[in-house]
Amino acid sequence: MALSKVNFNSINATPTASKFVTFNSDADGLAAGDVGGALTLISTQTASSSSSLSFTSEIDSTYKEYVFKIINVHPSAGTSATFQVGFRDGSTAFDASKTSTNFEAYHSESDDTAFQYLGDDDQANATGYQILALQSGSSADDSLSGYLHLFEPASTTFVKHFMFRGNGVHVAVQKDQYCAGYCNTTSAIDGVDFKFSSGNIDSGVIKMYGVS
Amino acid sequence: MALTKYNFNSFDVTPVASRGLAFDADADGFTTATPGAMTLIKTNTLSSAATSISFVNGTSDVVLDGTYNTYLFKFINIHPENDDVFFEFNGSDDTSSHSYDITKTTTLFAAEHNEGDSVAQLAYSAGDDLAQATGYQRLFNGVGNDNDGSCVGELFLFSPANTTFVKHFIARIPGHRHSSAAHDSYVAGYFNTTAAITALDFKMSGGDIDAGTIKMYGLAK
Repeated sequence: MALSKVNFNSINATPTASKFVTFNSDADGLAAGDVGGALTLISTQTASSSSSLSFTSEIDSTYKEYVFKIINVHPSAGTSATFQVGFRDGSTAFDASKTSTNFEAYHSESDDTAFQYLGDDDQANATGYQILALQSGSSADDSLSGYLHLFEPASTTFVKHFMFRGNGVHVAVQKDQYCAGYCNTTSAIDGVDFKFSSGNIDSGVIKMYGVS
Repeated sequence: MALTKYNFNSFDVTPVASRGLAFDADADGFTTATPGAMTLIKTNTLSSAATSISFVNGTSDVVLDGTYNTYLFKFINIHPENDDVFFEFNGSDDTSSHSYDITKTTTLFAAEHNEGDSVAQLAYSAGDDLAQATGYQRLFNGVGNDNDGSCVGELFLFSPANTTFVKHFIARIPGHRHSSAAHDSYVAGYFNTTAAITALDFKMSGGDIDAGTIKMYGLAK
């Protein structure tokens, strides 16, 4: 018996790469959409001797939470380079005022350990970039990976909370770093910029997701 | 009018169990694709002040059973009516008329830094943990009710339907403390019961939750 196979362009929906065939919002038609995934990949940026990696579009009221996954960022500079983030609140600068906390657990390859608050790495209503992690570029295999959550950036009622956790290597010391705080503004945050305190981001990937 | 129904094998693709029908990467054909592993189950956004926000299995589209092994709750700008109150939660093992009184043992530590730069600390909060107690577990100590003040974060609940083990949870809740400080709260513990957890309830220690959103997700097994 001959079989009649339905082809991609036989479906009454606009084909969109890598999307599913779904019922539309009224369940009275078909559409291309996401199925069962509450985490939507919005943007991927890959560093190549980049001074910074910036996300300056699609941060709006579409999602109440945005997540940035930081994967193996590696600095060009030496051991003094720290990995930092800035938030943009209406101008072109990433200088939203922040109050934040920062602490770490570390364990060196020579078996030294500590669990401590980092008083030099927090901010009290300051506009500079927020240090997320002390980071070393002294070895070719050193890097930092982690995540940053940004909550309801488009709110014009509340301050804008963020939280970070990352694991990195700093001069043969494994560091588990925790940073959290808020941009002390009721203006919308519409851009996020990541960089090292000196030199470039030699390599690494940062992905931005929206959480439905 | 005769209807033509397309069956699973009517499409020009090799069917694969538990996968979805997707357009391929060039959008010029079909392929099978794995649906997302994180499923939004329920969004609870307050339209007016409420004494609490509950997620009850089988009620208002909430699924809190063995469908998933891990449940994730997201807190978006939870804002209290009263100043300097605890944001807290509890569980229920009832199947109806839920009371929130499960025995828990927990830990809580937090980092804090105020806007005046006079407080910068990391400390265990012995007053905020529980030792085999049935009261609500604090998630954030001292939420402020300034107009722009709130707390956010997430809570994971593991295997609530398991009837062999206790039920673990871990949470991280950063926020704006009443004393104009950034406060980053870490909570973990377990419901010390082998009964299934069937509901969770979130509230303030005093007054209402004036505004906020709590979202509930299931993570695929």
